[in-house]
Amino acid sequence: MAHGPATMADGWIKYASRWLFTTNHKDIGTLYLWFSFAMFILGGAFAMIIRAELFQPGMQLINPEFFNQMTTMHGLVMVFGAIMPAFVGLANWLIPMMIGAPDMALPRMNNLSFWILPFAFAILVSTLFMEGGGPNFGWTFYAPLSTTYAPDTVNYFIFGVHIMGASSIMGSINIIATVMNMRAPGMTYMKMPLFVWTWVITAFLLVAVMPVLAGAVTMMLMDINFGTSFFNAAGGGDPVLFQHVFWFFGHPEVYIIILPAFGVVSQIIPTFSRKPLFGYSSMVYATASIAFMSFIVWAHHMFTVGMPIAGELYFMYATLLIAVPTGVKVFNWITTMYKGSLTFETPMLFSIAFVILFTFGGFTGLMLSIAAADMQYHDTYFVVAHFHYVMVAGAVFSGTAAVYYWLPKWCGKMYNETMGKVQFWIAFIGFNITFMPQHFLGLAGMPRRYADYGLQFADWNMLSSVGAFMYGAAQILFLFNVVRTITHGKPVEDPQVWEGAEGLEWTLPTPAPYHTFETPPEVK
Amino acid sequence: MLKRAQALFLRRLGAVLALVAVGGVSAENATRQLNMPQGVTEVSQAAYDIHMIMMWICTVIGVAVFGFMFYVMYAHRKSRGAVAENFHENIVVELLWTIVPAIILVVMAIPATTALLKVYDTEDADIDIKVTGYQWKWQYEYLGEGVKFMSELRTSQDEIYGREPKGEHYLREVTEPLVIPAGKKVRFLITGNDVIHSWWVPDFGVKRDAIPGLFTSAWAKTDQVGTYVGECAELCGKDHAFMPVVVEVKEQAEYDQWLAAKKQEAAAYASTIGKQWTSDELMAKGEEVYNRSCAGCHMQNGQGIPGVFPALKDSAIALGPVEEHLRIVVDGVNGTAMQSFADQLSEVDLAAVVHYERNAWGNDVGDITQPVDVLNYKQGQ
Ligand code: HEC
Ligand code: HEM
Ligand SMILES: [Cu+2]
Ligand SMILES: [Cu+2]
Repeated sequence: MAHGPATMADGWIKYASRWLFTTNHKDIGTLYLWFSFAMFILGGAFAMIIRAELFQPGMQLINPEFFNQMTTMHGLVMVFGAIMPAFVGLANWLIPMMIGAPDMALPRMNNLSFWILPFAFAILVSTLFMEGGGPNFGWTFYAPLSTTYAPDTVNYFIFGVHIMGASSIMGSINIIATVMNMRAPGMTYMKMPLFVWTWVITAFLLVAVMPVLAGAVTMMLMDINFGTSFFNAAGGGDPVLFQHVFWFFGHPEVYIIILPAFGVVSQIIPTFSRKPLFGYSSMVYATASIAFMSFIVWAHHMFTVGMPIAGELYFMYATLLIAVPTGVKVFNWITTMYKGSLTFETPMLFSIAFVILFTFGGFTGLMLSIAAADMQYHDTYFVVAHFHYVMVAGAVFSGTAAVYYWLPKWCGKMYNETMGKVQFWIAFIGFNITFMPQHFLGLAGMPRRYADYGLQFADWNMLSSVGAFMYGAAQILFLFNVVRTITHGKPVEDPQVWEGAEGLEWTLPTPAPYHTFETPPEVK
Repeated sequence: MLKRAQALFLRRLGAVLALVAVGGVSAENATRQLNMPQGVTEVSQAAYDIHMIMMWICTVIGVAVFGFMFYVMYAHRKSRGAVAENFHENIVVELLWTIVPAIILVVMAIPATTALLKVYDTEDADIDIKVTGYQWKWQYEYLGEGVKFMSELRTSQDEIYGREPKGEHYLREVTEPLVIPAGKKVRFLITGNDVIHSWWVPDFGVKRDAIPGLFTSAWAKTDQVGTYVGECAELCGKDHAFMPVVVEVKEQAEYDQWLAAKKQEAAAYASTIGKQWTSDELMAKGEEVYNRSCAGCHMQNGQGIPGVFPALKDSAIALGPVEEHLRIVVDGVNGTAMQSFADQLSEVDLAAVVHYERNAWGNDVGDITQPVDVLNYKQGQ
């Protein structure tokens, strides 16, 4: 096809059809990224409501029932709506350009896997306006709170989760097919950029565990509507079975979230160190072994359900082991910076913060894996702090770094560096003010998912809320900076954009044309 | 009122800002605890010790790793004229930083295992107490003693919703605490009645999920007399934050006295079942029971929460035949949040609450439900 993509100038029908029917990996990547940002703002708004209510002891703004809906929706929207689609968006944009392919292997399926997502979330969010309210059983939706005791709207929730799962599975199959079949001549597996590697491994994880999630919600559906008793003790079922099934999905899920983030920082740190990634092959092996191990540690989320001691010991030892490959990655990133020539543009700042804060979250993860101590930590704010260090300072920081890093390549304009740095510092400080005190709250005994708390927790909670509003404000600045770059940014023409950037995507013209690598490049 | 709230708010914000500035402790709320409590049992001490070991190991590694990283960020910056080298592999260091952490982990695993063995040492208990989680209260039953009671939040709705100043023990007070003797090994057999709860007393190092259809066990033994406050640690619905645990540890003699009094109370209560109650007596008692046990879902005004908990005002059941009404309250509705109250409430309470529901908020059935009716209903099953 000779003509370019439709623009507003072609009339809005053509323009809307372009996005609705597009099979172009760049368009679909853009759709995913905007969608995920919208979900990030929505999930963030829920978080602001939660933190506003927890600003002081007592119920001030909302009631406990709605509070539970907010924590649940916040978790679901952030995990399934914001973080996962953001990395699928990056994969769409970048994988073909990184391996020298003209597009994704299955472009029509690509369109479908995106366009069912808005429906899934529309269904999920609409439950908030229905009688009975939205899901109120936590993003981990433990039965029987989510079955026998759930509002009727739980059926919409189940339907929504099924659609998200279908979307993720299609997306993953597409990525696997693309990487296996469409690499440019000479692009052997061990030459692929680390972002591509982490994504292929993630895609395999997704294909393996999304059906397990689908199984869990289907069993719920049967229990609720068709009289089965998978999770109903009164009927001979077992509520603990639910937790095993959920975490068999859930633990790999946390690596689904973090592995692509590892990939992103493994691209960015070498660029701004002007030095190749240290230990490329050990990075690949570490990623693969983390992925494998993520299947055999799930019950570390269940140390308090009263498993036999042999089970507890096994899951404790196995979880400790994950720290080894994770440590390898951290050491590799730092050694990449060692004897480099470092500069600290916004993407690098976010990546360095990623390394520091993610490692911090890894340390608390190690502590959590000690079963006897976890009896005290479990289901407190200590856990909340742990997973926000790995998921927000981990996945979200790396996603932000990725946008700043590749935005000039995508739209051919440079973002405002000062604004980027200001955003970074507000986000970094706000994040730590929000979540560092939560460690103390948890240790001092504040359980998570609490709509109200005793007076002894008042000060740290207020501080945490102040930090949360700060972190929220940084996101507005982010949006502003990105939009302004697209509309008013300083044009960039250099294909390489960043002095130290390596890889096929940086050999393409800037901005990247609508169709790229129609004839495959030769990789030496 | 608003002024007061404002003043309180400003004071608190000031305290928080001071806290940020100096990282210290402000005058208000002296109990600003940062670390895990050492607690008063062997188990809580073991958890604390392993927690501290882990924290120090992580701190040492963290200081080393981040220290090196900050050095690199300072020394090898382009603005200081650093020129990048090109190495990207070194098999020796890569092996080292795989093997050394693995060894550290094995070292960690040893004390972690001993600590866990302690948690699981529930044999040879002197006293067995069954703990049952209900939406949203705890029931304690002294096995073999015939003593059983409910323990619920005592903080008033007015305090929670800011219509009254919050008391010193806000959300840390219950109608009737669990009482155990000092110096005896107490085993808790924990289960759930409806959804999963989790019974947590930080100072005992005990946190165990209360799962319907399953018993989990934990134990505590302490010499330290005192009051220990805990929480429900597993999301269990609307009032998850409002079902604290309070345990009183008493000297053996005091405990014996308390237990004897509880037994007497139970016996005295049995005699009230046969008595004929007047409507006014039942209404007064019923209102109390209703507000305590039912208003959480059906609301104080009997109007429920549309779509979740049905209204009882003008409901066909509350206005219909009393047998049906009794059946629902005594047996519950299987597969819904409407649980069976047969074990939670006494016959007197059940009769009173049913009578109350039939004659409150404009419901005017006008009949009277006596404790014997409940007893007959239960025995007729
Ligand atoms: C945990 C929430 C909860 C609590 C506490 C609760 N109920 Fe219910 N109740 C329900 C639900 C849910 C239903 C609807 C059951 C159904 O689907 O049939 C219900 C139904 C009823 C009904 C039948 C109403 C109708 O019109 O269908 C009566 C009567 C009733 N409850 C009485 C009580 C009494 C008396 C108490 C206190 C001793 C109580 N409930 C405590 C949740 C609760
Ligand atoms: C060194 C690596 C890690 C270790 C050893 C570890 C360990 C643990 C453990 C033991 C728990 C259970 C705590 C409890 O509930 O009592 C936990 C919770 C959690 N972790 Fe990690 N973790 C690690 C990394 C990660 C990463 C990379 C992510 C995601 C990006 C993550 C996300 C979570 C989440 C979401 C929870 C809470 C789940 C919930 O209950 O809602 N963790 N972690
Ligand atoms: Cu996990
Ligand atoms: Cu609870």
